[in-house]
Amino acid sequence: MMNVYSIIAIAAYLICAPFAASIFSGVDRIVTARMQGRKGPGLMQAWWDLMKLFSKESTTVNDIQKVLVVAHCFFAVFSGAVFFGGGDLLLVFFSLTMAEVFLILAAYSVNAAYSEIGAQRELLQMMAYEPMILLTAVGFYMSTGSFGVAQIIKTDIPLVLKMPGFFIGFCFILIVKLRKSPFDIATSHHAHQEIIKGLTGDLSGRIYGLSELAELYEEVLMLGMIGLFFITSDPLSPVYAIIAVSAVMFVMSFTDNIFPRVKWEVLLKLAWIVTFFAGGTNLLLLTLI
Amino acid sequence: MKISRSPWLLHYDGSSCNGCDIEVLAATTPRFDVERFGIINTGNPKHADIFLCTGGINAQNQDVVRQIYDQMPDPKVVLACGICACDGGIFKDCYNILGGTDTVIPVDVYVPGCAVRPEALIDGVIKALAILDDKKARMKKEGYRSLTSEEYRKKRETADA
Repeated sequence: MMNVYSIIAIAAYLICAPFAASIFSGVDRIVTARMQGRKGPGLMQAWWDLMKLFSKESTTVNDIQKVLVVAHCFFAVFSGAVFFGGGDLLLVFFSLTMAEVFLILAAYSVNAAYSEIGAQRELLQMMAYEPMILLTAVGFYMSTGSFGVAQIIKTDIPLVLKMPGFFIGFCFILIVKLRKSPFDIATSHHAHQEIIKGLTGDLSGRIYGLSELAELYEEVLMLGMIGLFFITSDPLSPVYAIIAVSAVMFVMSFTDNIFPRVKWEVLLKLAWIVTFFAGGTNLLLLTLI
Repeated sequence: MKISRSPWLLHYDGSSCNGCDIEVLAATTPRFDVERFGIINTGNPKHADIFLCTGGINAQNQDVVRQIYDQMPDPKVVLACGICACDGGIFKDCYNILGGTDTVIPVDVYVPGCAVRPEALIDGVIKALAILDDKKARMKKEGYRSLTSEEYRKKRETADA
């Protein structure tokens, strides 16, 4: 149910998420640059990029493209708001999928070669991570008896102890979800992709800015999901959660730098293997015990 | 907010010997690291602010250069990198070479050199950033819009006549 706390949390999410995500991705880019012996960009680079995009001229291919990208941004923000408002995890994940589908439709609507290949690969990418995301929601239900985030955080012990398999699986697909690997996927952050920018290739200016904004909101939601594995009724637990999220981010950057040229075929197989073994085994244990 | 905090560039190689292209790539390596200025090599005209053109213009690539330029959203700047992109360079008198980048699209900054040094290239980009900021301010104030390649062609024709 909505109460004062959840309204404050939603407002804080809506206002702070783009800044928080900019700082997170700024730190990530600086750490990555240092690993490669470079200086790296400024801390708020993602924010400056976003501001620039909103001040540029937008050329759109057709009107439906605009509507679809706005819908993408709306659903991405909505799913985050439901999560931080203490809502239902299933609703969060289904509206997040909706958001992705709108972006894919936007790419298909422009009828351009690179956008189309990008959209196809994005669908394959969804195929790689969706099973694990749904399994994680089931895992939270099995270990706490509720899909509601507000109920889940009332647990006494950190849920990562009950669901380590889900945690490993979720961290694995997070690399895909946060667009680090595979490098040949549409919107991967690495330079020199074989399909230019694919999915967002035909968006420009303000419209492209909206899809970037949605990505920042999504990033905060995903990091919040990692935090959910560590949050308990203990008032100090948010501190542990932030430390855990930072550690996960670091390990992800590190892995991404070690394996910068993973292709989508390999990642799809790996994601399913990890989902099956880590997630599946954990689910079996939760059912039996 | 200044647009120069996040200049994304697009690199296109006309008909050059690839010397300048190697130097452009060198600018992104750890030694020079253009990412510290927020620069990203996008490879997509619709996301780019700076068009970095190396090599001369010939009969085959002139339409490509025009199309890339026209697809870039305003404000945008064009950098001619290396002497071939500036005026045709060593290939100037070849039967197939039309000239430098400015034979088909308006150029804002000329960076000479054969091959262009990464330091000169970065200097050129920094100079282009000031122009980019200026163009954005003019866009806001007086509704400035860059010439399309077609308008530029007509302007050159009347100037020649």
